[in-house]
Amino acid sequence: MKISGARIVVETLIEQGCDTVFGYPGGQVINLFDELFQCRDRIRHVLTAHEQGAAHAADGYARATGKVGVVLATSGPGATNLITGIATAYLDSVPLVAVTGNVPCSLIGRDSFQEVDIVGVSMPVTKHNFIVKNIAELADTLREAFRIAKSGRPGPVLVDIPKDVQTGLCEYEPAGAPVSAEPVQTASEQRLKRAAEMIANAERPYIYFGGGVISGGASKEVIALAEKIGAPMGCSLMGLSAVPADHPLFLGMQGMHGHYASSIAEDEADLVIALGARFSDRATGQKDRFSKNFSIIHIDIDGAELNKNIPAALTVRGDLRDAAARLTEMVQPMQHPAWAERIAALRAEEQTRTAKALEKAYEKSCGSCPVPCDKTGLPAADRLTPYQIIDAVSEHAEQDAIIVTDVGQHQMWAAQRYPLKAPRTFLTSGGLGTMGFGMGAAIGANTATGKRTILFTGDGSFGMNLTELATAVTENSDLIIVILNNGVLGMVRQWQTLFFDRHYSNTTLSRKTDFVKVAEAFGAKGMRASTAAELAQALDAAFAQHGTFLIDCVIDCDEFVLPMLPPGGSIDDIITEI
Amino acid sequence: MDNLYVIGVLVSNIAGVLSRVSGMFTRRGFNIDSLTVGETETAGISRITVSFHGDDDIKDRIVTQLQKLHDVREVEVLDKHDTVIRELLLLKVHNTAGTRQDIMAAVEIFRSKIVDYTATALVIELTGESSKIDAFITLMKDYGIMEMCRTGIVALERGDNCLKTGLEG
Repeated sequence: MKISGARIVVETLIEQGCDTVFGYPGGQVINLFDELFQCRDRIRHVLTAHEQGAAHAADGYARATGKVGVVLATSGPGATNLITGIATAYLDSVPLVAVTGNVPCSLIGRDSFQEVDIVGVSMPVTKHNFIVKNIAELADTLREAFRIAKSGRPGPVLVDIPKDVQTGLCEYEPAGAPVSAEPVQTASEQRLKRAAEMIANAERPYIYFGGGVISGGASKEVIALAEKIGAPMGCSLMGLSAVPADHPLFLGMQGMHGHYASSIAEDEADLVIALGARFSDRATGQKDRFSKNFSIIHIDIDGAELNKNIPAALTVRGDLRDAAARLTEMVQPMQHPAWAERIAALRAEEQTRTAKALEKAYEKSCGSCPVPCDKTGLPAADRLTPYQIIDAVSEHAEQDAIIVTDVGQHQMWAAQRYPLKAPRTFLTSGGLGTMGFGMGAAIGANTATGKRTILFTGDGSFGMNLTELATAVTENSDLIIVILNNGVLGMVRQWQTLFFDRHYSNTTLSRKTDFVKVAEAFGAKGMRASTAAELAQALDAAFAQHGTFLIDCVIDCDEFVLPMLPPGGSIDDIITEI
Repeated sequence: MDNLYVIGVLVSNIAGVLSRVSGMFTRRGFNIDSLTVGETETAGISRITVSFHGDDDIKDRIVTQLQKLHDVREVEVLDKHDTVIRELLLLKVHNTAGTRQDIMAAVEIFRSKIVDYTATALVIELTGESSKIDAFITLMKDYGIMEMCRTGIVALERGDNCLKTGLEG
């Protein structure tokens, strides 16, 4: 029996295991939305407030589950509004299928109403993309999109479907099961043996891992390797949550705002085993200095990452879970007492430094604040600090809560401090650094998992997509939004303080926005917290319910994210106090 | 180290494939000298020849990035010393009584040919390696080049070594 192209799209999405689509209607996708309506008992549609929010929601859905996220938007502005979301997913290797409508084939290329060449626009930020002009190819193209999105190193794929292809009729043969990912290349035995030899000869081995451990499902294998060879571990921002924060060998995130202990430990290592990481500039600092003291074994599923940013002594291309397991088999159990002692000393030093920094934060006067805020005049001990807020939230939060961040200082504080327990519980925009990522991603993660979701955000980031509060309230998202509100664009302000002679150009927000009232206006609950006592009260209230709850936490505008490797600098330039 | 590299790329012959390949070069900041594309003996497969100057590191990055593109089926760095490399030039030069004989002599020596002759202009066709074409153009400058175009290089390895997708009959 022939069915419409629009119906073929919905049937194929269902066939591919998609249970939720995030999207926004428009002229060129009315037919698709009509079919979604007719199939509403088999597939759920979450209407967001803006297409960007829908893209981030599909991204959050994918990050929290490992499944392919699906987003749907109309032609023209609907499609271009997806781009930041798609680029965010691309930089962080998130499997996504974006479906866009377009004007009918006969109108393409004529600058028709709401026409945009979205295939051209999205080409540099997708793994691949398609425009389907022949309805007979529609189902298979969508299947191919899912296959590409989840194969190898995952990523977003866009499928553009002109209106006449949606309205046309064609036979549809259900595929029966979702397409499987392409078989991945397994690591060469010879190279793994060479890696085992290098490990056997190392005195101070160190494991640096990235997001590939999460997307490759290789947490257990990486931990087993670290334990067998007695190697401390650190990770990139994207690697966070792959290893429990309290693992005795785990030193935390490293890089520009990484932990002191992990950054120094890596530099003092003689062998760095890099697993599913890409050596981004934020993770390495100055490239020439970065690997001066150690050699590198680099294992990654994407051959193009090997030797791309940092040259490695040994490169191994292959599936990480398999490679790490086989490598663990090949190596003898090892211990490095002197190295372990040094690591313990670094940990102790870091603890002392952190404690001192926290004390200093309490002492700091609030006089430099450009905008008088309601905390001015509070006794120092009553003021909230970022770590204190994160600690208080983690003490209240369920063990399996999903932590989402926006981008900026709050993101780094959460990355440094939140005691993450299991993979896929920390969702953050790493590569693209997308302010405004958080609201959509948190809604998507909560929709996908049903688990309590906590968004750490800043007053800057939250302002970008706060309109998604409407979606959260409509969907009754179990979402606690914690704003670390310093009245400034804190990360840029920190750079201005350090490198631009305190010229606070356009980073002082001086806005009168009352986020509690904003929350209430959208139908959510909200409370403001300026002191530890108020924070405790707000958290008690927030965690006693399961709807959308905003807590506006007032912090000082001159809280800094430390330590910091200055841009273009190296570990030698580490800033630990200001 | 600044070497000339020539890469042969087999791609699916579908709309947009040239944008994807050339877009990758732009986006990653790889400068290329020439890029040519044409159909192959296999239906649905086109062959792109890319030449560029760079070092080994850039060459490796270009190859691995090309391999990641969905429509790219096969990539091979051609061994310059064991590869036939050719380029085609069409060049239009003023035809005057004073220069005609000299131009004809040059055409003869370069084994090129005159493919159009009018009272005021000559169109010359020349095939060869890029250096030969460069030399010919330099020579023609004195006679007043009116317009010209060159194809960029195409290249095949010598012997029975072939770039194949595995789709061939």
